[in-house]
Amino acid sequence: MNDVKHRPNRLGIWGWVGGGRWGMERYLYALHRVTGLGILSYFLLHIIVTSSRAFSPQAWDRAMGMVTGPLFKLGEYLVFVAFAFHAVNGIRLALVELGFAVGEPIEPVYPYRTSVDVQRPLALGALALALVLVALGTVSMWIID
Amino acid sequence: MMRDQKLWTWHIIAGAVILVFLGLHMLTMHMEGVIKIGSLNPASARSEARGGEEIHPTSWPNVRARGVRTLYMASYILLLGAALFHGLYGLNNIIREANPAKWVQKAVTVVLLLVGVGLFVFGTWAAIAARAVARAAVPGL
Repeated sequence: MNDVKHRPNRLGIWGWVGGGRWGMERYLYALHRVTGLGILSYFLLHIIVTSSRAFSPQAWDRAMGMVTGPLFKLGEYLVFVAFAFHAVNGIRLALVELGFAVGEPIEPVYPYRTSVDVQRPLALGALALALVLVALGTVSMWIID
Repeated sequence: MMRDQKLWTWHIIAGAVILVFLGLHMLTMHMEGVIKIGSLNPASARSEARGGEEIHPTSWPNVRARGVRTLYMASYILLLGAALFHGLYGLNNIIREANPAKWVQKAVTVVLLLVGVGLFVFGTWAAIAARAVARAAVPGL
Protein backbone atom coordinates (compact mmCIF):
# COMPACT_ATOMS: atom_id res chain seq x y z
CA MET A 1 0.00 0.00 0.00
CA ASN A 2 1.36 3.43 -0.91
CA ASP A 3 2.17 5.86 1.88
CA VAL A 4 -0.14 8.84 1.95
CA LYS A 5 1.96 11.98 1.63
CA HIS A 6 1.05 14.56 4.27
CA ARG A 7 0.26 17.87 2.61
CA PRO A 8 -0.16 20.57 5.26
CA ASN A 9 -2.69 23.28 4.64
CA ARG A 10 -0.18 26.09 4.13
CA LEU A 11 -2.71 28.88 4.14
CA GLY A 12 -3.89 27.85 7.62
CA ILE A 13 -6.65 29.98 9.07
CA TRP A 14 -5.80 32.84 6.67
CA GLY A 15 -7.32 30.67 3.95
CA TRP A 16 -10.72 31.43 5.49
CA VAL A 17 -10.66 35.03 4.28
CA GLY A 18 -8.79 34.47 1.02
CA GLY A 19 -10.86 32.00 -0.94
CA GLY A 20 -9.46 33.36 -4.22
CA ARG A 21 -11.72 32.31 -7.08
CA TRP A 22 -13.59 29.78 -4.98
CA GLY A 23 -17.37 30.00 -4.95
CA MET A 24 -19.73 31.01 -2.18
CA GLU A 25 -19.39 27.58 -0.52
CA ARG A 26 -15.84 28.52 0.45
CA TYR A 27 -17.11 31.55 2.34
CA LEU A 28 -19.94 29.53 3.89
CA TYR A 29 -17.20 27.21 5.18
CA ALA A 30 -15.38 30.16 6.77
CA LEU A 31 -18.61 31.55 8.20
CA HIS A 32 -19.51 28.11 9.58
CA ARG A 33 -16.27 28.10 11.57
CA VAL A 34 -16.54 31.70 12.76
CA THR A 35 -20.13 31.14 13.95
CA GLY A 36 -19.06 27.83 15.55
CA LEU A 37 -16.32 29.57 17.53
CA GLY A 38 -18.75 32.31 18.60
CA ILE A 39 -21.34 29.79 19.77
CA LEU A 40 -18.68 27.76 21.61
CA SER A 41 -17.37 30.84 23.47
CA TYR A 42 -20.91 31.73 24.55
CA PHE A 43 -21.72 28.12 25.47
CA LEU A 44 -18.73 27.72 27.81
CA LEU A 45 -19.81 30.85 29.74
CA HIS A 46 -23.46 29.75 29.54
CA ILE A 47 -22.64 26.52 31.42
CA ILE A 48 -21.14 28.53 34.28
CA VAL A 49 -23.94 31.14 34.43
CA THR A 50 -26.86 28.68 34.23
CA SER A 51 -25.32 26.40 36.87
CA SER A 52 -26.34 29.06 39.42
CA ARG A 53 -29.82 27.47 39.45
CA ALA A 54 -28.26 24.52 41.27
CA PHE A 55 -27.72 26.69 44.37
CA SER A 56 -30.98 28.57 45.00
CA PRO A 57 -33.68 30.67 43.28
CA GLN A 58 -31.91 33.77 44.65
CA ALA A 59 -28.61 32.71 43.09
CA TRP A 60 -30.41 32.22 39.77
CA ASP A 61 -32.02 35.68 39.97
CA ARG A 62 -28.65 37.24 40.85
CA ALA A 63 -26.96 35.51 37.88
CA MET A 64 -29.74 36.59 35.52
CA GLY A 65 -29.48 40.12 36.92
CA MET A 66 -25.82 40.19 35.90
CA VAL A 67 -26.56 39.28 32.28
CA THR A 68 -29.31 41.76 31.48
CA GLY A 69 -29.15 45.05 29.60
CA PRO A 70 -29.02 46.00 25.93
CA LEU A 71 -25.44 44.77 25.40
CA PHE A 72 -26.24 41.26 26.64
CA LYS A 73 -29.47 41.23 24.65
CA LEU A 74 -27.51 42.11 21.51
CA GLY A 75 -24.99 39.37 22.34
CA GLU A 76 -27.78 36.81 22.78
CA TYR A 77 -29.31 37.91 19.49
CA LEU A 78 -25.96 37.46 17.70
CA VAL A 79 -25.65 33.97 19.21
CA PHE A 80 -29.17 33.19 17.95
CA VAL A 81 -28.26 34.43 14.45
CA ALA A 82 -25.02 32.41 14.54
CA PHE A 83 -26.94 29.32 15.66
CA ALA A 84 -29.56 29.71 12.90
CA PHE A 85 -26.84 29.88 10.25
CA HIS A 86 -24.60 27.19 11.78
CA ALA A 87 -27.50 24.73 12.21
CA VAL A 88 -28.93 25.11 8.71
CA ASN A 89 -25.50 25.15 7.06
CA GLY A 90 -24.57 22.11 9.17
CA ILE A 91 -27.57 20.22 7.75
CA ARG A 92 -26.38 21.19 4.24
CA LEU A 93 -22.86 19.94 4.99
CA ALA A 94 -24.15 16.64 6.41
CA LEU A 95 -26.39 16.11 3.36
CA VAL A 96 -23.49 16.78 0.99
CA GLU A 97 -21.19 14.51 3.00
CA LEU A 98 -23.76 11.72 2.82
CA GLY A 99 -23.86 12.12 -0.95
CA PHE A 100 -27.16 13.98 -1.34
CA ALA A 101 -27.53 16.92 -3.75
CA VAL A 102 -24.13 16.41 -5.37
CA GLY A 103 -25.42 14.87 -8.60
CA GLU A 104 -24.64 11.55 -10.24
CA PRO A 105 -21.00 10.48 -10.65
CA ILE A 106 -19.77 11.23 -14.20
CA GLU A 107 -16.68 10.43 -16.27
CA PRO A 108 -13.91 12.98 -15.68
CA VAL A 109 -13.82 14.23 -19.26
CA TYR A 110 -12.22 17.60 -20.08
CA PRO A 111 -13.55 20.31 -19.71
CA TYR A 112 -14.31 19.02 -16.22
CA ARG A 113 -17.67 19.83 -14.71
CA THR A 114 -17.83 20.83 -11.09
CA SER A 115 -20.37 19.39 -8.69
CA VAL A 116 -20.50 22.81 -7.02
CA ASP A 117 -23.07 23.90 -9.62
CA VAL A 118 -25.26 20.98 -8.59
CA GLN A 119 -24.84 21.83 -4.91
CA ARG A 120 -25.54 25.56 -5.34
CA PRO A 121 -29.37 25.36 -5.05
CA LEU A 122 -28.95 23.54 -1.72
CA ALA A 123 -26.61 26.27 -0.47
CA LEU A 124 -29.03 28.99 -1.56
CA GLY A 125 -31.96 27.11 0.01
CA ALA A 126 -30.02 26.74 3.27
CA LEU A 127 -29.26 30.47 3.32
CA ALA A 128 -32.91 31.27 2.66
CA LEU A 129 -34.05 28.99 5.50
CA ALA A 130 -31.48 30.55 7.86
CA LEU A 131 -32.80 34.00 6.92
CA VAL A 132 -36.39 32.93 7.69
CA LEU A 133 -35.30 31.67 11.14
CA VAL A 134 -33.37 34.89 11.78
CA ALA A 135 -36.41 36.94 10.75
CA LEU A 136 -38.65 34.98 13.16
CA GLY A 137 -36.11 35.40 15.96
CA THR A 138 -35.73 39.10 15.21
CA VAL A 139 -39.49 39.65 15.43
CA SER A 140 -39.70 37.63 18.65
CA MET A 141 -36.70 39.23 20.40
CA TRP A 142 -36.86 42.83 19.26
CA ILE A 143 -40.47 43.56 18.28
CA ILE A 144 -42.76 41.34 20.40
CA ASP A 145 -40.51 40.87 23.48
CA MET B 1 -12.90 2.40 10.99
CA MET B 2 -9.97 4.72 11.69
CA ARG B 3 -9.97 6.80 14.88
CA ASP B 4 -10.41 10.15 13.09
CA GLN B 5 -13.24 8.71 11.01
CA LYS B 6 -14.99 7.51 14.17
CA LEU B 7 -14.59 10.88 15.87
CA TRP B 8 -15.87 12.66 12.76
CA THR B 9 -18.92 10.38 12.68
CA TRP B 10 -19.58 11.18 16.35
CA HIS B 11 -19.13 14.88 15.52
CA ILE B 12 -21.96 14.64 12.98
CA ILE B 13 -24.16 12.55 15.32
CA ALA B 14 -23.57 15.12 18.09
CA GLY B 15 -24.53 17.86 15.61
CA ALA B 16 -27.85 16.10 14.96
CA VAL B 17 -28.53 15.82 18.72
CA ILE B 18 -27.69 19.53 19.16
CA LEU B 19 -29.94 20.44 16.25
CA VAL B 20 -32.94 18.89 18.01
CA PHE B 21 -32.28 19.98 21.59
CA LEU B 22 -30.68 23.38 20.95
CA GLY B 23 -33.46 23.97 18.40
CA LEU B 24 -36.00 23.39 21.19
CA HIS B 25 -33.91 25.61 23.52
CA MET B 26 -33.92 28.42 20.95
CA LEU B 27 -37.68 27.99 20.46
CA THR B 28 -38.11 28.26 24.23
CA MET B 29 -35.82 31.21 24.82
CA HIS B 30 -35.80 33.31 21.67
CA MET B 31 -38.85 32.50 19.59
CA GLU B 32 -41.54 32.36 22.25
CA GLY B 33 -43.01 35.55 20.88
CA VAL B 34 -43.85 33.98 17.51
CA ILE B 35 -44.07 30.23 18.22
CA LYS B 36 -45.67 29.34 21.56
CA ILE B 37 -45.44 25.78 22.85
CA GLY B 38 -46.92 25.65 26.35
CA SER B 39 -44.82 22.75 27.67
CA LEU B 40 -41.58 24.62 26.91
CA ASN B 41 -42.49 27.46 29.26
CA PRO B 42 -45.01 25.84 31.64
CA ALA B 43 -45.31 28.71 34.10
CA SER B 44 -46.04 31.19 31.28
CA ALA B 45 -48.70 28.87 29.84
CA ARG B 46 -50.41 28.46 33.25
CA SER B 47 -50.27 32.19 33.95
CA GLU B 48 -51.67 33.14 30.55
CA ALA B 49 -54.44 30.51 30.84
CA ARG B 50 -55.54 32.26 34.04
CA GLY B 51 -55.38 35.63 32.32
CA GLY B 52 -52.28 36.55 34.29
CA GLU B 53 -49.18 38.35 33.15
CA GLU B 54 -46.60 36.95 30.74
CA ILE B 55 -43.62 35.32 32.43
CA HIS B 56 -40.20 35.52 30.79
CA PRO B 57 -38.68 32.15 29.76
CA THR B 58 -35.65 32.73 32.02
CA SER B 59 -37.65 33.83 35.08
CA TRP B 60 -37.47 31.46 38.07
CA PRO B 61 -41.10 30.15 37.83
CA ASN B 62 -40.39 28.83 34.31
CA VAL B 63 -36.92 27.58 35.26
CA ARG B 64 -38.42 25.77 38.27
CA ALA B 65 -41.32 24.32 36.26
CA ARG B 66 -38.92 22.88 33.69
CA GLY B 67 -36.36 21.87 36.32
CA VAL B 68 -38.66 19.50 38.23
CA ARG B 69 -39.10 17.31 35.15
CA THR B 70 -36.68 14.41 34.82
CA LEU B 71 -36.97 14.55 31.03
CA TYR B 72 -35.66 18.14 31.02
CA MET B 73 -32.77 17.21 33.31
CA ALA B 74 -31.83 14.29 31.03
CA SER B 75 -32.10 16.49 27.94
CA TYR B 76 -29.83 19.14 29.53
CA ILE B 77 -27.17 16.51 30.24
CA LEU B 78 -27.46 15.01 26.75
CA LEU B 79 -27.24 18.47 25.15
CA LEU B 80 -24.29 19.39 27.39
CA GLY B 81 -22.32 16.29 26.36
CA ALA B 82 -23.17 16.60 22.67
CA ALA B 83 -22.41 20.33 22.52
CA LEU B 84 -19.13 20.03 24.43
CA PHE B 85 -17.93 17.21 22.17
CA HIS B 86 -19.10 18.90 18.95
CA GLY B 87 -17.70 22.31 19.91
CA LEU B 88 -14.36 21.24 21.36
CA TYR B 89 -13.68 18.66 18.63
CA GLY B 90 -14.48 21.38 16.08
CA LEU B 91 -12.10 23.79 17.86
CA ASN B 92 -9.40 21.11 17.88
CA ASN B 93 -9.80 20.69 14.10
CA ILE B 94 -9.59 24.45 13.55
CA ILE B 95 -6.39 24.68 15.61
CA ARG B 96 -4.89 21.79 13.61
CA GLU B 97 -5.70 23.74 10.45
CA ALA B 98 -3.29 26.45 11.61
CA ASN B 99 -0.44 23.91 11.24
CA PRO B 100 1.00 24.02 14.77
CA ALA B 101 3.89 21.72 15.72
CA LYS B 102 2.97 18.12 16.57
CA TRP B 103 3.58 18.60 20.28
CA VAL B 104 1.30 21.68 20.29
CA GLN B 105 -1.44 19.66 18.59
CA LYS B 106 -1.13 16.96 21.24
CA ALA B 107 -1.08 19.47 24.10
CA VAL B 108 -4.15 21.26 22.71
CA THR B 109 -6.01 17.96 22.39
CA VAL B 110 -5.21 17.04 26.01
CA VAL B 111 -6.21 20.50 27.32
CA LEU B 112 -9.49 20.47 25.37
CA LEU B 113 -10.23 16.95 26.59
CA LEU B 114 -9.66 18.00 30.21
CA VAL B 115 -11.79 21.16 29.76
CA GLY B 116 -14.56 19.11 28.14
CA VAL B 117 -14.61 16.39 30.80
CA GLY B 118 -14.39 18.98 33.60
CA LEU B 119 -17.28 21.06 32.26
CA PHE B 120 -19.35 17.93 31.58
CA VAL B 121 -18.94 16.73 35.18
CA PHE B 122 -19.70 20.23 36.53
CA GLY B 123 -22.69 20.76 34.23
CA THR B 124 -24.11 17.31 35.00
CA TRP B 125 -23.82 17.96 38.72
CA ALA B 126 -25.53 21.36 38.20
CA ALA B 127 -28.42 19.80 36.25
CA ILE B 128 -29.01 17.14 38.94
CA ALA B 129 -28.65 19.60 41.83
CA ALA B 130 -30.91 22.13 40.07
CA ARG B 131 -33.66 19.48 39.87
CA ALA B 132 -33.42 18.98 43.65
CA VAL B 133 -33.60 22.77 44.23
CA ALA B 134 -36.60 23.06 41.86
CA ARG B 135 -38.41 20.15 43.54
CA ALA B 136 -37.76 21.60 46.99
CA ALA B 137 -39.41 24.83 45.82
CA VAL B 138 -42.62 23.04 44.76
CA PRO B 139 -44.86 21.97 47.65
CA GLY B 140 -45.95 18.33 47.48
CA LEU B 141 -43.02 17.03 45.40
